[in-house]
Amino acid sequence: MTEGIITAAYIIASILFILGLGGLSRQESARRGNIYAMLGMFIAISATILGSQVTSYGVIFSAMIIGILVGMYVAKKIEMTGMPQLVAMLHSFVGMAAVLIGFSTYLDPSSHFSGVEKTIHDVEIYLGIFIGAVTFTGSLVAFGKLQGMLSGKAILLPARHWMNALMLLVSIYLLIIFINAQSSTMTISSLLFMTFIALLFGIHMVISIGGADMPVVVSMLNSYSGWAAAATGFMLSNDLLIITGALVGSSGAILSYIMCRAMNRSFISVIAGGFGTTVSSSSNNKEVEHGEALSTTVEETVQLLQNAKKVIIVPGYGMAVARAQHIVSDIVKKLQHQDIPVLFAIHPVAGRLPGHMNVLLAEAKVPYDIVLEMDEINEDFSKTDIVLVIGANDIVNPGALDDPTSPIAGMPVLEVWEAKHVIVMKRSMATGYSGVDNPLFYKENTRLLFGDAKESVEAILSQL
Amino acid sequence: MFLKIGIPKEIHEGEKRVAATPETVTWLKKFGFSVAIETGAGGNAHFSDELYNEMGAEIIQDTKKLWEQSDVILKVRAPEAHPFLALHEVELLKEGAYLICFIWPSINPELMQMLVDKKATVLAMDSIPRISRAQKFDALSSMANIAGYRAVIESANHFGRFFTGQITAAGKMPPATVLVIGAGVAGLAAIAAANGLGAVVRAFDTRPEVKEQIESLGAEFLWIETNEDSSGAGGYAKVMSPEFIKAEMELFARQAMEVDIIITTALIPGKKAPELITAGMVESMKEGSVIVDLAAEQGGNCTLTEPGEVIVRHGVTLIGYTDLPSRLPAQSSQLYGTNLRHLLHDLCKTKDGQINVDMNDDVIRGATIIKEGEITWPPPTPQVQAVSKPPKLAVKAPPFTERRKKKSTHWLNALLMLIAALVLLALGSVAPSDFMAHFTVFVLSCFVGYHVVWNVTPALHTPLMSVTNAISGIIVLGALLQVSNELSTTVTVLSAIAILVATINISGGFFVTHRMLKMFQQVDRRTK
Repeated sequence: MTEGIITAAYIIASILFILGLGGLSRQESARRGNIYAMLGMFIAISATILGSQVTSYGVIFSAMIIGILVGMYVAKKIEMTGMPQLVAMLHSFVGMAAVLIGFSTYLDPSSHFSGVEKTIHDVEIYLGIFIGAVTFTGSLVAFGKLQGMLSGKAILLPARHWMNALMLLVSIYLLIIFINAQSSTMTISSLLFMTFIALLFGIHMVISIGGADMPVVVSMLNSYSGWAAAATGFMLSNDLLIITGALVGSSGAILSYIMCRAMNRSFISVIAGGFGTTVSSSSNNKEVEHGEALSTTVEETVQLLQNAKKVIIVPGYGMAVARAQHIVSDIVKKLQHQDIPVLFAIHPVAGRLPGHMNVLLAEAKVPYDIVLEMDEINEDFSKTDIVLVIGANDIVNPGALDDPTSPIAGMPVLEVWEAKHVIVMKRSMATGYSGVDNPLFYKENTRLLFGDAKESVEAILSQL
Repeated sequence: MFLKIGIPKEIHEGEKRVAATPETVTWLKKFGFSVAIETGAGGNAHFSDELYNEMGAEIIQDTKKLWEQSDVILKVRAPEAHPFLALHEVELLKEGAYLICFIWPSINPELMQMLVDKKATVLAMDSIPRISRAQKFDALSSMANIAGYRAVIESANHFGRFFTGQITAAGKMPPATVLVIGAGVAGLAAIAAANGLGAVVRAFDTRPEVKEQIESLGAEFLWIETNEDSSGAGGYAKVMSPEFIKAEMELFARQAMEVDIIITTALIPGKKAPELITAGMVESMKEGSVIVDLAAEQGGNCTLTEPGEVIVRHGVTLIGYTDLPSRLPAQSSQLYGTNLRHLLHDLCKTKDGQINVDMNDDVIRGATIIKEGEITWPPPTPQVQAVSKPPKLAVKAPPFTERRKKKSTHWLNALLMLIAALVLLALGSVAPSDFMAHFTVFVLSCFVGYHVVWNVTPALHTPLMSVTNAISGIIVLGALLQVSNELSTTVTVLSAIAILVATINISGGFFVTHRMLKMFQQVDRRTK
């Protein structure tokens, strides 16, 4: 296969990738989009393998077949509630691959550059490995947090900003050594040392971010994995890698931006970490002002539901944890059967991934046209008889709008308290991930239904 | 001594209704009145003189004699000049008699004066307060109901196609789409009638509270999204804001291009009807479309409507009939007659053939516009408020109104762009052209990615992440290109591991995306 044909195949693959992402703009075309992207990937890989540079087919095929089987197995087995973990895990693989490819490019004895070209090539290798290493450990830590293997709380080391700055400075210093060093021992040791620092940097960055900020972290790592691919593309002078990396990188960046905006926080403040611990003390001072939180029973809830003309359900991470989405879906079907319209209200940062709740509800066969976004539904609450809040807290906190001193002030929230009745299903009176107290619980039209979300919804379903 | 009720034949041109049916005559007799009816009064509504006679009504041939003998006159239309007798009907009216019919006092001051001169007691059917208790007397509602129904029938008559969609051996026919503007009594009746004929019905009203009524009749409620703030008006806005009207007109313009039939019923009490359908909108409608303007008499909701006429403009039939209830004379006479019968029941609670105009009764007080030659109109504001709330236009303003300082960000943006441009130029001055070519691809791809990803619906953000995850596994290409290195085993091993993990990434990402997307499903609302 000639270079020309390979380049043409790469162009086709790039177009297919772009069409693939474009297909996701609507549910109807999304599956076609995914198939385009698969096709693009197939074309790109086939063209590369058939190229003259590649000869060791045995190694390639055994590695790829194992890889495909493992990937299929994981994709089949994963629970939809476990999507964030899977995504984080897969990001770490991209990071790891970028590091490995960076090293093998460096070690490749067949490469020979000189002058400015060599400098640029070296910088590319260095950057590729750096981003790859940060993505690798960062994703692993995110995976650990989401899987519950690590504490979801932000772990804040003293002087963490200084440590970050120091690590960056050392990395830059090592880059200069790497480029200018004459002996190969010097270059390889600076490269290895930098990799070590980058791995630490990835760990430190994600470990200081709290559980509620995970949607931002995961999409940020998504972005990094793209930039790692793009850096590898520069390293290998491969346009397809550059294009794909840029697509993925900008996609992740936009998702991070959307998530940050949904929480009314700047990207920097999320990355710098430290949310949730410093703030809870300030809100504790005001607890005196709150009234009493009233609890309710399953029977009362059922009665309210049956007499309602309109119901909105607000799911949060708690529903995902309790895996209650199927039962919730059955409740919806029963209510619809009794001609009671039900809608779902999804906050952009509900769950631990952008769009997480939508996927869970889709899994439970809730038709997507009754699942509405915050902007679409916020005005409807005042016309709603009953709102069920299942495992959500910060996203329905009126303090974000009323209380300028609240740490989440200005964050757009679902205005559930406008409805006639609000039933909040909770395990206990504990605060949400942000550690902020929620005045919603003390509102006159709010009742708390304590207990495990799954058990509560099961009880409701059985009595409907 | 009991009073005599006289029912003259309507003299208004084209008027086919009559103020009493044989059935209501029996009721009037039960109240103790004697009833006389002019020959042929019910003819156009298919009630023969014989039928009235059987029910105990006296048939009087001479119009003058009927008016002279009657103490109470029941009519449909307001009195007007008699075409044959060269006399005004008021002149025929006995001095001090009762007159019950539509009067429209606000637009007929001369008629009022004539009636005052006759020392008459006049109850205007159009002035009955529209409160729940008065519904049984509410002739405006009964007539509006008929007008709404008839509007659909007229439109169907002029519309060259089926209303209902059909699939036949001769091909498939889509259902007609009907837009009803204004969901008052007439509008709701039109919705029900059009829906009954099988059309797809949409309805618009400025009052959000009618949404349920519209939907209960099987129509889709069209609503305008506004950010209007109504706080100044105490939660209710009475006059539509210019923004609201603009949005409304945009909605109509869009709808005009889509729908086959438009039925407008928008009226503002005591004012000229609002102009909702412009000439341009008519022009944009499909050839063969129909507009029925129920507000034709009050100036019309459509610019091009000719009151009382059916005209064709830009291939669209415009129906401006002002006598729609009269086009269903049997039905409207029955309803109107029944309204009158209920009213007389309340006027004669003793059932002795006497009329007692009880000015303490809100409904009778409201309807009575002249009492024994004294004008008692307009009535004081009734104690019981109308049931329907004034239109509530306010939609809550978005609570989150934080605005960044635009000006400073502009400057910042400009500065950042300048720096970026300088950095690029500096890079270009040292970097080889090969690198710059790759860099071009990189920057362009970032922009493509930016635009493509912003279009992704938020509901699909998780699949977006998993699919981007899968395609970032394209990094496998780097490993593929290096794995065949014969000079270094380390490189081969490293590359092989990279191929393995990247492939896991690719297949895992694609398959899980596929699995997720399969779950997204929609329920077709029509089949429910």
